[in-house]
Amino acid sequence: MLYALKIATRYLTASKAQTALLVTGVAVGVFIFIFMSALIGGLAEFILSRTVGDISHVTITAEDRDPAILVHPDGAVLAVAERGRARTAALAEAATWTPLIETVPGVIAVSPQITGAGFLTRGAQVAQVSVTGVDPGRESAILNLAGYMHEGAVRLGAGRIVLGQRLADDLSLRLGQTLRLQSAVGVSAVLTLTGIYSTGNGMIDASSVFVGLPTARTLFALPQGVTRIEIKLADLNAADATALRIRALTGLDAVPWTDGAEQLMEALNAQAQTGYFLKSFALITIVIGVASSLLLSTYRRRPEIGIMRAMGAGQGFVIFVFVTQGALIGLMGGLFGAAAGYLALLPFPSRDAFEPGTLPMDITQGSYGLAITLTVIGAILASILPARSAARVDPVTAIGQ
Amino acid sequence: MTALVQVSDLVKTFGTGEAATRVLRGLRLTLETGEMAALLGPSGSGKSTLLTILGTLMKPTSGRHVMLGLDLVAAEDAALTEFRNRHIGFVFQFHNLLPDFTALENVIFPTAVREGRETAAARARGRDLLVRMGLADRVDFPSAKLSGGQKQRVAVARALMNRPELVLADEPTGNLDRTSAMQVMDLIAEINRDEGTTFLISTHDEKIASLCRRQIVVGDGMVTG
Repeated sequence: MLYALKIATRYLTASKAQTALLVTGVAVGVFIFIFMSALIGGLAEFILSRTVGDISHVTITAEDRDPAILVHPDGAVLAVAERGRARTAALAEAATWTPLIETVPGVIAVSPQITGAGFLTRGAQVAQVSVTGVDPGRESAILNLAGYMHEGAVRLGAGRIVLGQRLADDLSLRLGQTLRLQSAVGVSAVLTLTGIYSTGNGMIDASSVFVGLPTARTLFALPQGVTRIEIKLADLNAADATALRIRALTGLDAVPWTDGAEQLMEALNAQAQTGYFLKSFALITIVIGVASSLLLSTYRRRPEIGIMRAMGAGQGFVIFVFVTQGALIGLMGGLFGAAAGYLALLPFPSRDAFEPGTLPMDITQGSYGLAITLTVIGAILASILPARSAARVDPVTAIGQ
Repeated sequence: MTALVQVSDLVKTFGTGEAATRVLRGLRLTLETGEMAALLGPSGSGKSTLLTILGTLMKPTSGRHVMLGLDLVAAEDAALTEFRNRHIGFVFQFHNLLPDFTALENVIFPTAVREGRETAAARARGRDLLVRMGLADRVDFPSAKLSGGQKQRVAVARALMNRPELVLADEPTGNLDRTSAMQVMDLIAEINRDEGTTFLISTHDEKIASLCRRQIVVGDGMVTG
């Protein structure tokens, strides 16, 4: 079939302008395919990073223990022990689990935490806050606190507290000032404000405070263990599978972020479906373009096809010549379109540096190989009809033209 | 001489019903190996239809067509294509070269299409044929840029490429000036004499026909002389 390839190539090079136009048409379709892939993929990435990028992808939470009860032999409950103020449910063996979880593939950070509610007092002003105690050194493991620091430093240590800018504004706080933080279990601590962050998320900026894990132990009267373990993954789409693996490994109730995020997932799926439609239309345009052009070529070359048939070229040979032309057009258009798409995406910021106001294009999600493969397949399929039509040319009629 | 081609009771009808036109009406003809025959007859007499059937490009409505001992009426399209490639050469009135190919590429087409590639042996034979046709300086010339006479000589070379037993020529000189026509006929006569290739040449030109050793006259769909 080398000879059929030569003829196909010769036909393409013989009509340079027509071939160039056709390849350009295919390349434009591939360019649109790649551009849409990068845009839809980048948009999904952007939305995910803005919504779940700073939250735990898999979370293990201590389960509240049921209060002790005294039951009469006839089944009646005689007494229920009041939950002690200091008896916060805890993951007692957190120190054991943390290194184990860190070895699970895909896990990039593990943050044992003690969380609870508290009241922040500055003079006469009081604010209800959500307190998170994190391991010093792991402050930015889940929420990128270091990246959001507005003033001061994120480093947490004994007697230090870091809080949001809105909370600082509400309480008129400045770095270096001392505050009183009282936990929901009634323990108070005097802390120095060492950092103010601004995440852009109103809830976090107005009501979350971060302290070191030792401080949180004191505040919540939890001498050992933690109340939750937050886990960050390299691929947040792998949360379900990783949660299952951690559950199997530790026996703990690891919950992926996708639990309770059905609406977000539906929105992302709808967006992906839109992308598929647009990319399908681009492919259909390519197929129609190649098919119509090759049909015209077949018609124009009918006398030559007739001569070839008269000289002993079989129908299979003629089909191969035209299908090869389609494949070559698809390959050239695919390569040019992919190259143009890549070059067009280069000026956009990388996925890690998306900025508000710019298109969140992700050059790594251009689906270049897929675009080229689908284009070649589409062009081959598009050329089958013209090729079959060419093979059916009656040599007697064609030569007489 | 032995019979190369035998056709008998050959009937070809185009169309159906009231529009049916019977072009060949029980035609009988035998071509011997090494013959050089002219096919004469007025327009519409069935000459071209007969050549087309002998060239296996069309099947008769009925009748018998045997070449090299093979019944070609019963053969499938793929088998006929291969048979045509190996045993029959064509020269058309309008040369019908592939315009995007050089003279040599046109000549070696029948061999290349059979072998799936252009071999060195095929190129050597094609080159020899072109030299023999007086086209040594036009071997790699684009066929579209050749003169009419040169194109027809390339077409003759192409017809001979696979050393066919039979060459069918439909008005091979009909589109040429007298000088070019005589050059082409001289070449055909030389090949017929030297290689024993059988030629059947359809023509309206009495002078061209007189160069052939046998004249076959077709009239009203039958051989009349």
